[in-house]
Parts: sequence; C-alpha cells; structure tokens
Amino acid sequence: MFIQAPLAAIPQGSTAFDWLWWIPLLPLAASAVCGILHFLTLRQREAQNPRPKAAHGAHADHGAAHGHAEHAHAEHAAHGHDDHGDHGHAKVPAGIGALAPIVAVLSMAGALFLSIKGFLELRGLDEGARVLRSSAWDWINAGSLSIDVSMHLDPLSSVMTLVVTGIGSLIFLYASGYMKGDAGYAKFFAYLSLFAFSMLMLVLSSSMLGLFVGWEGVGLCSYLLIGFWYEKGWPADAGQKAFVMNRIGDACFLIGTFILVKVFGSLDMAAIAAGVPGALVDGLATPELFAAGLLLFGGACGKSAQLPLFTWLPDAMAGPTPVSALIHAATMVTAGVYLVVRLNPLFAASPQLLAIIGVVAALTAFIAGSTALVQRDIKKVLAYSTVSQLGYMFLGLASGAWAAAIFHLVTHAFFKALLFLGAGSVIHGMHEEQDMHKMGGLKKHMPATFMTFMCGAAALSGLPLMSGFFSKDEILAHTFAHGGLYSALWIVGIITAAMTAYYTWRMVALTFFGEERFDKNKVHVHESPAVMTLPLWILAVLSVLGGVLGLPIVFHAPHLLADWLQPVTKSGTAILAAHGTHEMSHALEWTLLGVGALVALVFAHRGFHIHKRGVAFDQGFEKNRKWTAAFLTDAWTIDTKYTRLIVGPIKLFAFIIAVVVDQFAIDGLVNGVAALARDLGGRWRRLNDGHIATYGLWMGAFTAVIALLFLWKS
Amino acid sequence: MNFLSLTVLIFLPLVGALLVAATPSKAVGLQRGITLLTMFATGVIGIMLCLDFNGASAAAQHVEQRPWFTLPGGIPVAYKLGLDGLSVLMVALTALLGPIVMLSTWGHIHERVKEFMVWLLVMQTGMLGVFLSLDLVLFYTFWEVSLVPLYFILGIWGGSNRLYATIKFFLYTVFGSLVMLIAVIWLMYRFGTTDIVQLTNVAANLPGDVQLWLFAAFALAFSIKVPLMPFHTWLADAHTEAPTSGSVILAGVLLKMGTYGLLRFCIAMFPAAAIEAAPLMMALGAIGIVYGAFLAMAQTDIKRLVACSSVSHLGYVVLGLFAMTAAGLRGGLLQMVNHGLSTGMLFLLIGMIYERRHTRALDQYGGIASVMPVYALFFVIAVLSSVGLPGLNGFVGEYLVLLGTYERAPILAAIAVTGVIFGAVYLLMATRKLLFGPLVLQANKTLTDLRAREVVLMLPIVVLMVWMGVAPNTFLARTEGSLVDLTQRLDRARAVRTAELIRENETRPTVADAEESQNR
Repeated sequence: MFIQAPLAAIPQGSTAFDWLWWIPLLPLAASAVCGILHFLTLRQREAQNPRPKAAHGAHADHGAAHGHAEHAHAEHAAHGHDDHGDHGHAKVPAGIGALAPIVAVLSMAGALFLSIKGFLELRGLDEGARVLRSSAWDWINAGSLSIDVSMHLDPLSSVMTLVVTGIGSLIFLYASGYMKGDAGYAKFFAYLSLFAFSMLMLVLSSSMLGLFVGWEGVGLCSYLLIGFWYEKGWPADAGQKAFVMNRIGDACFLIGTFILVKVFGSLDMAAIAAGVPGALVDGLATPELFAAGLLLFGGACGKSAQLPLFTWLPDAMAGPTPVSALIHAATMVTAGVYLVVRLNPLFAASPQLLAIIGVVAALTAFIAGSTALVQRDIKKVLAYSTVSQLGYMFLGLASGAWAAAIFHLVTHAFFKALLFLGAGSVIHGMHEEQDMHKMGGLKKHMPATFMTFMCGAAALSGLPLMSGFFSKDEILAHTFAHGGLYSALWIVGIITAAMTAYYTWRMVALTFFGEERFDKNKVHVHESPAVMTLPLWILAVLSVLGGVLGLPIVFHAPHLLADWLQPVTKSGTAILAAHGTHEMSHALEWTLLGVGALVALVFAHRGFHIHKRGVAFDQGFEKNRKWTAAFLTDAWTIDTKYTRLIVGPIKLFAFIIAVVVDQFAIDGLVNGVAALARDLGGRWRRLNDGHIATYGLWMGAFTAVIALLFLWKS
Repeated sequence: MNFLSLTVLIFLPLVGALLVAATPSKAVGLQRGITLLTMFATGVIGIMLCLDFNGASAAAQHVEQRPWFTLPGGIPVAYKLGLDGLSVLMVALTALLGPIVMLSTWGHIHERVKEFMVWLLVMQTGMLGVFLSLDLVLFYTFWEVSLVPLYFILGIWGGSNRLYATIKFFLYTVFGSLVMLIAVIWLMYRFGTTDIVQLTNVAANLPGDVQLWLFAAFALAFSIKVPLMPFHTWLADAHTEAPTSGSVILAGVLLKMGTYGLLRFCIAMFPAAAIEAAPLMMALGAIGIVYGAFLAMAQTDIKRLVACSSVSHLGYVVLGLFAMTAAGLRGGLLQMVNHGLSTGMLFLLIGMIYERRHTRALDQYGGIASVMPVYALFFVIAVLSSVGLPGLNGFVGEYLVLLGTYERAPILAAIAVTGVIFGAVYLLMATRKLLFGPLVLQANKTLTDLRAREVVLMLPIVVLMVWMGVAPNTFLARTEGSLVDLTQRLDRARAVRTAELIRENETRPTVADAEESQNR
C-alpha cells in the first residue's frame, strides 16, 4: 500500500542520544538561563525602585522612586554621550541581566564549535555515507504511523547549521552592544537563543514534523522579537501580522504532510526523498505528489516571504535591527529554500510545479526590487531587497539549480546580515533615525561602518568577483539554459539585477555621501563600539570572498558547495535529467557572466551618481510622478488591497456571524421556543414564582415523573 | 477496603462536602482547608490510579461491582465502576483540576463560602462518577448529579445576568438528558441489563435503523453538552456569567462529559449508526471549528471570546472522534485533555485579571505586560498551547485530528485546517489588546503581578502542557488497548454494513438480470 523506500536508502547512523543534540540544546539552555536572568533583573529593579502601590504606602514609595530617578539621571549624564543606546526608552542599567549576552554568545559559540565538528566528521566519511543520525525517542505513535524525534546531519544540514551558528554568533555579539541599556536586555537574549534553538531544530530534524516544530518555533520567536518593543503598539501589530501570515502558509504545509503520510506512510524526510523515484509514473509526479509539493511550497511562501504572502516581512522591520539581520534576512526566511532542497526529488518530478515556483519567484523578485527603489527608510530598502533576493533563490530552485540556490542563500546570509548590521550601526549612531533623507555624509563620522557597508553593497549589487556576483549569476545562468518560459523569467531576473544594483548604491549614496542633512547640533554622530564593528569586519571579509565556495565552471575551479551537496541533490538532479539536460557552452557562460557584470556596474554607477547629490532627485520623482511613486512606495499597493479586500470582509463576516446568525437566528430560535413553551404553560404561572431554585425543583420533579412513567409502562 | 479504589476516589469529595457542611458557617478558613485537603487527596488518588492503569489492555480495570437494586421487570441495576482507556485521561484531568480550581476560589469567592465549597465537592463526585460508571443507570444518576452543583454555582455566584444564563443552561441540558433517558430506558428493557460493557457487546448487533434512533437520542444530549454547533448558544452566556472556578470546571471537565459520552455510547455502543452518521457529525465539527473562530473574532469581552473559542476547539474533538481512524480517535482524546488544560488556564488567567480590575472588556486593557510580566508569560504560554504551537500539548492533538480527518474526508480537513489560521487571529488579537501596546489607563498602571498562590496553581498545568507536547506517548499509550478494541469493533460494523450493501445489490434486479429475463 505504501511506497516503501529501499531500506538501504534510509541512512542509519548512530541511534542514541549523542552530541548532535547539543547543537540545538545549547541555545535552548541559554534561553532558559537568560529568561531567568530577565526575571531576576526585574526583581532587582523592583527592589531598588518599588512601584507605588494603589492604596496605602504610596507616599513612602513615592519618595524612594523620586530618589532613584535622580540617581539614574546622574548616572546618565556621567556616561558621556547623551542618548547612546536609546531605543525610545530611558536607558536602564542591566543589573544581573548583563550576564545574559555572555551566556548567549558562549552557547552559540559552543553550537558553532559542534557544527564545525559535525562538518569535519562528515567530511571524513565516504561521499555516499555522509550522514550522522541521533534518535532520541518516539514522539507520536498513532496506529501504523510512528514519528520519532531525531537529529539528522548531512551535507545540507551541515551547511545550514554552520550558517545559523556562525552568523548567529556574530549577530549575538553585535546585539550585546546594540541592545545595551534596553529594559529587556536579558529577555532579548532569551528570545534570540530560543530562536537559534528553533532554527537548528528546523534544519537538523529528520522528520517533517520535527522540522515543523522548528518551523513554527522560529515563527513564534519572530513574533516575539518583532513585537519586542510592544509598548509602541505598532511593533506588536507587525508581529501579529507576521505570525498570522506565516500560519496561512503553515496550514498549507500541514495538508502537504497529510498527503505525504498517505503516499509514503512516513514523515521521515530521507525516506520520502528516497521514496519519490519509486512513486513516479513515467518519471513524473502523480497528481497527489504534485499537490503535496504545491502545498509545501505554499508553506515556503509564508516563511520565505514570497507572493502572495510576502507583506509581513517589510513590517517585520519593527523589530530590533539584529533581529532583522538574523531572522529576517540570514536564517529564518531561507527556511523555505531549505525545505525545497531537502525534498528536491519531490519538486524535480513536477515540471509544472517548478514552473509555478519560477513565475512566483520572478514576480516576487521584480515587485520587491522595484519597491526597494523608492524607499526612504534604510531598513525598508533592505527588507524589500531581502524579499527580492529570496525570489532569486526560488528562481534557482525552479530551474533545478539546488546547489546554486543554497549558494545564494549562503552569500546572501553574509552580505545581507552585514548590511542590516551596518544599517543598525548607522541607526544607532544617528539616534534612531532610519530615514535616509535625513542622513548623508556619514562616511567620515563612521569609517568602519562605511567601509564594511561598501563591501556588503558591492556583494548585494553583484559587482564582479564579489560573492553575490557569482551566486546570482549561477542562478541566472541555469534559468537561461532552461529556455522556453524560463527565458522570460531570465529577462525578469536580469532587470531585477539592474534594479538591485541601482537601489543598493542609491542607499549607499544617500546614507554615506553628499551633504549632511541632519541637525549637527542635535545629533552627534558617532562610530559604534568594537563589539559591534568586529562582526561587521568579519562579515565584510566573508561577503567579498564568499564567492570561492562556488566558482563558475569557466574558472576551472571546483564548485565546492555543489560538490559538497551532491549526495543530497543528486536524486532531484537525476529526475530532472530524465526529462532532458541543459548544457551550456563556455562561450555562452562567459557572455552571461559579462552581461551580469555589465548590468551591475552600469546601474550601480547610475544609482550612486544620481543620489550622491542628495535628495533632489527623489523629491523631483515624487512630485512629477505622483502615482508611480505612491504605487511603488506602497509595494504595488498589494498590502493595502489585502486590508481592503480580505481583512475588512473577514471582520464584517465575523460580525455577521456573531450578531446576525448567532444572536438573532440561532439564539433567537432557541429563545422563541422557550417563550412559546412559557406561553403555552401560562396557566401554570403561579407555579413559576420566579425563584430559580423552584424552576430547578420543577425540572427535577418533571424528570422523575417522566422516568417513572416509562418504568411503569414497560 | 483498598485505599486505591474507585469508590474512595468518587466519594471522598462527597465526604469532604459533608464535613464542610458540618462546620459553622463563619469558619471560612476551616471550610477552605477541608476542601483543599479533600481535593488534593482526591487528586493524588486519581492520578495514582491512572498511573497504575495498564494501557495495553482493553478491559476495564479497578472494577468494582455489587448489586444495587432491581427495577420493575426484574432488571438488576449494579453499582459498577471501572477505569478503561476511554476514561483514564478524563479521570486524570478531573482529578488534577480539582485542587487547582479550589486554589483559584481564594481570589473570587468571598460570600457564602461554605455553600460554594460544598457544591464544588459534590460536583467533583458527580464528574468522576460519570467517567467511571460502567452501569447505565449509575451513569445517568451521576450525569444528573453533576448538573445540579453548576446550576447553583451559576445561579448564586454568577454575574449580573446570571438568571438568564442559568435557566438557559439548565433547560438546554435537561432537555438533552430527557431524550437520553428515553433511550436509556429502551435499552435496558430491550436487553434486560444495565451493564455498559454487556450493552456495548450486544447493541452493536441491533439493526441499523434502531441503532440510528438510539444514536440520535444519545447524540442529542451529548452534542448539547459538548456543545456542538448549533447547540452552543448556552455556553457563551454560561461562561460569561459564571465565576472563574465555575468556568474552569465547565470548560475543563463538564464539556468533556459530552465528548466522552459521544465516544463511549454513540460510537462504541452503536458503531453501525456512528458510521452512518459520521459525515454529518464530522461536518458539524468542521463547521464548528470555523464558526466558533469567527464568533470569537467578533467578541470584545475576553471571557466570552475564550468561551467561543471552546466551540471551535471542541469542534476538533468531534471531528477527530467521528473520523474514527487511528489518528483521529487518538487526536480527539488528546484534544479533550488539551482543551481542558489550555482553556482552563485561560479562564484562570482571565479570572486573575478580573479580580484586579473588575472588567473583562478588552478595550479597558492594553500594555499590562509591562506591569505584570509574570502574568504575561503565563498568558502567552496558555495562548500558544491553545493555538497549537508544536512543542506544546495542543499541536499533537490537533495534528492527529486533522491527519485522521484527511484520511476520511480531505475536504473537511481542508476546512478544519483554516481553524489553525483563525485560531491564531483571535487569540493573538486578544493577547495584543490585553498585554501589548502602550500602558495608558491609570488603573492598569497600578496593577500588581501574580502572587505565589496564583503561580503555584498554574504550574502543574504548564508542566503538563510541555510534557504532552514533547512526549505525548505517555498519554497515548494508556488509551492504546481500548482504542485498538474500538477500532476492531468499528471495522466489524463496517464489514457487516458492506456485506449488507452487497446483499441488497444482489437481491435487487440489475439491468443485466432484466435483459437476461427478456431474452429468456
């Protein structure tokens, strides 16, 4: 009945609880410790500064509170620069919470160390046997279905763990400086570590349901962290929106897993991937498998912010900037890409599904890229850019370029994390200013941030020999080679590349060049401390040199990443190859590289030079092309339309259900029947003297009489 | 007599009630002390009995049986108790929630404490009796007994509109009970026994249409109790008016008597009828999930919102049970416990904030996470459990229910799965309005965070939430034997039904037969 994978295809490694588990468990432990530290800090604060009680004792307390306020003020002034670390709140001494970043950074470093250990152990194995497994316990047993919880480290998950723990460590370090002085310092690290745990569960779990634990876990942390500054209101709204939109994808994901259970009788991803070839008809997916793939892609659309579910990601920028860098650029949003590569045979077997993914991806890349052109908020530029770059990754997947998609995932993690952290450094130095029109000329004030940001921008815009150049080019080359519909997708891709170069260098020019458009008397721009610039430098190096992981064939160097991922991707590639391969001549590949380089250089130059002179061009555009400017700024008004066409009607429908259907129709009927009965029983009214107990007694007596009657008759 | 016996478990609270009744009415401390002690002892005994339960066996365990009285017509009625895989989780849940509910009354029951404690303890006896009875008459007795205390708890300690809510609750349930009584009487005179185990074995052989009538009579009573859409309108009113402890018991245990009854009687006793009626029941469950969610979305009173969410959550239970697949039955059973824990905890939390602010209107709150961080933590955990976050209890039940439903009716699974989205919408919306945003109102700025008692009474629930989310097999294993047995019964009924259909087709002249006879 079930299509069983050949047993040998399901990798068997160690089966006991072993060190692999510590990769996710270390951050989980750190999260618990940081959470406790948070509550201890609150206690400490309460002890130093008791809150005035509602009734008595308020007077005495009031005096104490006053004294503390003065004390805090003195400390503040002594600190030197005025509003350093201010996030719209008073700066708060961390107290015992100061231990939190130490715990969190150390645990992430530990997880990174174990990830490297895992990578090295895998490398020591034969290519076909590169799997480490650690089972722990049967999670759910229901009839013939048994779902266990195990860790599964193979080349793909080892790349993901290295990215998550590596970039995670850097961002944790950065955050220890960025969040200093925030009232929820320890809480922030508790959430961030919980995120790291969930993300590592996501990439290490062997089963779809284990993956789903991480999948929803990262969604929860995203919700908590976007709404971290919930007192302001709108971050909490943004967090809620992110959670709900992700849930739409998750609902699709769940149905997708039901189909997989029905077809394969298992949710083990290795078993599913190995079982797909046997479940195909003429090398193609059955309608059932096509539906499963489509639904799982729906889940990926939610998590990875693709059309039609991308509108939560720009709003997610309400969270602290390290969160944007880690969760909403480098790791969580790439989970959808990971999922598709993990189940690549399933997707490879449906050419129509791949075409759908390609169209969605290209549209997403284009719409988001064009939106980034006109944003004034530096984080919004980066947010739309992330959506657009995720579109590239899915375009790669649609072309069957599994390794290229992961390659772009890795380089994007480097340079986009760098750009976000750089933007955070700018925002920090500018005292919470995010509007680029109020910046300008920052390069001499923030040299380290400026230098590293340039590296990130070069990589994002795909300037020749930068990491982003190689990864983007590889995706576009694969798309081009496909021909047919994909030629159109390639054209969209290359136009998006031009826009990418333009908006990136517009952002650089507006932020770091030109005249200083802020009040120098009020804003004392300063470079960020070393804990924040050190991660920037490391990421800058990675962004520049990351391309060595996957050099093009014409360079006559090995594609390290593609070779490493071979054991995971070969099955999908083989299924694709059965429909025909797409070879490219070296001359064509050189030409494509040349086109990519030329487009990037030309549009980077345009973007930089037009905006170097200041905001005049933007203002002119807004004035002369009102409609276009408004349309682009609002991301093609998609979100506005959702609010009007979906959210509004749902609210109205809920109201109709609650008032019209429930109160008038159903409850009205019930009360009507009751009233009728009461009228019919009018002559019994003197029995109903209004006392509820009497009603009860009568009901009881009635029951008893009926019962007795029945007994008598029978 | 064995200390660990079901009789001790059931009647210990009643003994406690008598003791409380004997105290002078001014001795509030003593009354509370006795009640807490009794509830705690009942809780320990109940949980020990459930731990002692062998889940691999389908047979009832800890059985106690002695003759009770004889009905006219010579039908013996027995006092028969037993614990099996269908009831074990419910008994554990009831036993656990007893002391928790008792602890919560400290905050909101200040008047007529003695009476309240008596009713609370009587209710505990009634509920445990319902789950443990293996005799139909005994079951019906406990069923009615459990009705009375809530009637008084609602009617005396309820809110301003309590009379309306109480009468509505009472009329609804009594109406259901009466219809059930007719079926009960029919059953015992047809088979001459009131033993549930025996009846389960013989009733399955009744002809399909007779089963269907009996099924309908039982199902009506239980569906009102669950409550299954469209019989749900009493619930929101009852919850809105009930004191916190009343709501916790109502949501935590009393509603489960309905789903338990559906499983024990409607499905297990009348399998052929259950198979016949499953599409209708599943459809009502699926509609209830979405309907309840939309209902909750439109609420502005936080307690009413959670009450409406119960309609949605219990829709999952009914959907899973009537899918009658391995995954669906297990998911339905787990979801019964999940709902008791998560909704029970939400009602506790709402009670705690109500005791401080005396309002349940969501627009009177906002930003209280800043002044009540511990409260906020517990509230968020309860919400996450309720929306089915993987890693907590709600997910496992929900997933199994949906998976089991998908096997039978993919379309219904697709409808039900939207509950996953809408559930997040209304619960996060409530969380947002209650906890987050700016702290504007002066009354909210002086709120005090949870006291030790309040934290302690929720801790066991949180532990169970994590436990059931991480290692649900601890709980599933205890239902295994009974559910396997039930599945076999259902398979047999299905086989019989298929055979009947084939026979019908054979006897009915087909086109081919007609042609043949013409040719002849």
